[in-house]
Amino acid sequence: MANKGSNFDTTVLIKGGRVVDPSQGLDLAGADVLIVDGKVAKVGAGVAVHPAAKGARVIDAAGLVVTPGLIDMHTHLRDPGFEYKEDIVSGTRAAAHGGFTTICSMPNTNPVPDNQAIVRYIRQKAAAAGYCNVYPIGAVSKGSKGEEMAEIGDMVLEGAVAFSDDGLPVWNSELMRQALTYAKPFGAPIISHSEDKSLAEGGQMHEGYWSMVLGLRGIPAAAEEVMIARDLILAELTGGHIHVAHVSTRGSVDLIRRAKERAKRVAETAAAGGHGRPFRVTAECTPNHVTLTDKAVYDSKYDTNTKVNPPLRTGDDVAALKEALADGTIDVIASDHAPHHFDEKDVEYSYAPNGLSCIEVSLALAITALVEPGVLTLPQLVDRMTTAPARVLGLKGKGSLAPGSDGDVTVLDPKARVKVDLSTWYSKGKNAPYQGFELVGQAIHTVLGGRLVMEDGVLRA
Amino acid sequence: MALIEKAQIIDADGVRRALVRIAHEIVERNKGTENVVLIGIRRRGVPLAQRLSRFIKEVEGVEIPVGVLDITLYRDDLSTLASQPVVHKTEVPVAIQGKTLILVDDVLYTGRTVRAALDAIIDLGRPAVIQLAVLIDRGHRELPIRADYVGKNVPTSKREVIEVRLEEVDRVNGVWIMEKPE
Amino acid sequence: MPVSDMQLILETAGSLKEILTREIKKVPTLRGKSIVTLFYEPSTRTRTSFEMAGKYMSADTSSITVATSSVVKGESLKDTALTIQAMGADMVIMRHSVSGSCHFLARILDCSVVNAGDGMHEHPSQGLLDMFTIQQHKGGHLEGLKVAIIGDVQHSRVARSNIWGLTKMGADVHVAGPATLIPPEIEQIPGVTAHDRVEDAIRGADVVNVLRLQRERQQKGLFPTIREYSRIYGVNRERLALAKDDVTVMHPGPMNRGVEITSEVADSDHAVIEEQVTNGVAIRMALLYLLLGGAEA
Repeated sequence: MANKGSNFDTTVLIKGGRVVDPSQGLDLAGADVLIVDGKVAKVGAGVAVHPAAKGARVIDAAGLVVTPGLIDMHTHLRDPGFEYKEDIVSGTRAAAHGGFTTICSMPNTNPVPDNQAIVRYIRQKAAAAGYCNVYPIGAVSKGSKGEEMAEIGDMVLEGAVAFSDDGLPVWNSELMRQALTYAKPFGAPIISHSEDKSLAEGGQMHEGYWSMVLGLRGIPAAAEEVMIARDLILAELTGGHIHVAHVSTRGSVDLIRRAKERAKRVAETAAAGGHGRPFRVTAECTPNHVTLTDKAVYDSKYDTNTKVNPPLRTGDDVAALKEALADGTIDVIASDHAPHHFDEKDVEYSYAPNGLSCIEVSLALAITALVEPGVLTLPQLVDRMTTAPARVLGLKGKGSLAPGSDGDVTVLDPKARVKVDLSTWYSKGKNAPYQGFELVGQAIHTVLGGRLVMEDGVLRA
Repeated sequence: MALIEKAQIIDADGVRRALVRIAHEIVERNKGTENVVLIGIRRRGVPLAQRLSRFIKEVEGVEIPVGVLDITLYRDDLSTLASQPVVHKTEVPVAIQGKTLILVDDVLYTGRTVRAALDAIIDLGRPAVIQLAVLIDRGHRELPIRADYVGKNVPTSKREVIEVRLEEVDRVNGVWIMEKPE
Repeated sequence: MPVSDMQLILETAGSLKEILTREIKKVPTLRGKSIVTLFYEPSTRTRTSFEMAGKYMSADTSSITVATSSVVKGESLKDTALTIQAMGADMVIMRHSVSGSCHFLARILDCSVVNAGDGMHEHPSQGLLDMFTIQQHKGGHLEGLKVAIIGDVQHSRVARSNIWGLTKMGADVHVAGPATLIPPEIEQIPGVTAHDRVEDAIRGADVVNVLRLQRERQQKGLFPTIREYSRIYGVNRERLALAKDDVTVMHPGPMNRGVEITSEVADSDHAVIEEQVTNGVAIRMALLYLLLGGAEA
């Protein structure tokens, strides 16, 4: 179904929108974006008269915002192995419906992508489906067992862009150290799923007042922070790039903020010929963790769709995440879309798996929680969801509308009022606590390599 | 639905006279007061039983024990009520085995309350005799039940409601005939 | 649960307790109602108490005990519950090791669901029977009483249900136990004070409620040894002497004599532990009566 090679199919003119491109610091009202043969050709006013625009498909973006295609660097596609929860086709369709043109698949599948064959399988299946670019995140260790390092270099050559044992922490500090060291020359960050399993053992929700009230075993904030502290120290030791996934607590934010300052000082000292090896720290948080708090478990009477790892935290943690997104301590908003089958969540709270499905409302949740109350400006939000993840992962041609970039564009309406209706979702996972939520913001069109994938909120095939 | 007051049919004095008469009849019929126990059916049967006990004492000089029976648990209409009626205590101070029990209630109507009271009593033991005393018998029986002692027979229509007000509960004595509005 | 509901249950139990003293301990109230006890955790006491309460009210009771070990592999709670309902149960009384399971069950079933203890969350009928017992010993009221709860508050649903009920009724609750077994957030509940020393919680108390110590907590490393627990946190005669002269001592059972409570205390005139069991039946009769009657249960 991918019609590659046809100029007509991959040339498009997006007319008259507000063009926001954080990679160039652009915020132009009433501007056009011209994509020719799948690449961005020109951005600005009056591009329509460009000769290549003749005969191009025209998308009217008046009153809408045109941004680089949204990137979600933390998505569970469940394929291979758990196709009953989600597969590459349903997951990429859901992503496109949510406004994303690029996603990164997490490696907790069966088998795990710890070698190039599985990375290639994911890439090829996603390319054949043609809804969304997929860059696999490979496993750090063979089988994600935390024992021996996986074939990191081989996987990079097949298109893996980062490495993680997500779902599990790399509990072995020595392995984490070697992975950070080894992956660095490949330009691939190690993504830390920060969880001290002994502190989190048996935990069902954030440890605090509500876990006490509900009688559910708690997961203390420290379970996350202890591991982040270790990984930040190892990043400095190795000079590697650590990316902290799904940051959820104020303590974690403080640790990351300090580590980033330290990394900056070390880099300056090194540049001046001084002692020290530069290292890199980046971080992400999910829209869920800035939308809901641990009280949601109480309010929903133990709705298993509020069960997620890391758990929903307190209002104070939410405030810290917002501050961190505003000051850049947290670089990226990533969904951690974690679809599960209905039956798996339709059980007692403690027996339900962690995770919630959200990629189709990720943008709306972020706009509602961050842009509406003025925590982030719209261009800042666009940065956290496009340019920043491209920078963290080193994705060439992504997260930008600079000429020559890939023709991936999202056209969104940041003021649209949407009432969440899970039955309209393309994802197989309807495990979200958002049914009936009234949110602001919606992706209207997505263009992938110059091809219109979603039009007026509906996938074209 | 507020009830409309139609008429007062017995005044305070009338209530007293009816009870005094019933007290005499009880002593008469049972040839004294030996083994007699008065059982008031909650709620207004209880003060009536206490008054009967007092009047009998005035005549005979004997204290007749008074018990309190809550028949809620024995009602036959529990499954048709929207919410459960409040259960009150049943307090019968003496063993009823072999006793002459006199059930006391304010109004005898369908007979269903008395049916429930009989069941409740049987669960407490096996009295020798059970008799029934009521202040008002208004007819419309749905069960084969009759009273042994009646203060006054009052023919009524089904739309009407008999309200017995007693000082212990309502701060006034008397019997009124009320009507449900059309 | 609103205060008015608690009061109604306590008053109803007060009326129904009389039935337990009768020669013929049966009233016909719940004739034709069927009650199923569904227990995923072993409990002789609570299950029997509910079953006898049902039988005294003429309901038909059946019991299902599911070994916890087979839960994950076996039939799901949802399917088990739907099966029971399809057989015509009017009420399911459930004990489960997972907090919130009764909320889950109530979402699935149309019939009444009673929580007989869910994980570390709540054990409402125990909380009510404890309040009922206190009322009966303290002149019918709870307001202003100092109630000490001693032991493993962290893992105790009995403690939680007591705390919610008692504080709503105006009692002052004081908790004490090993610091690893007292959740630090407990003091955020208005009316609750936590103490490091058991002595401070017991001093001047009207009621001392001693919680059962689960021995597996020691294996999890939450306190060093049973011996140390008993020495520092056990309720013995010396510690009880700090309470009011007419102190009432309670324990939800089953007791570990010589661990959380000494026999001297458990067998003293202050202890009302067996009466709690009797009151448990009255409370459960009240719950069944109030929930099972009515056109819409």
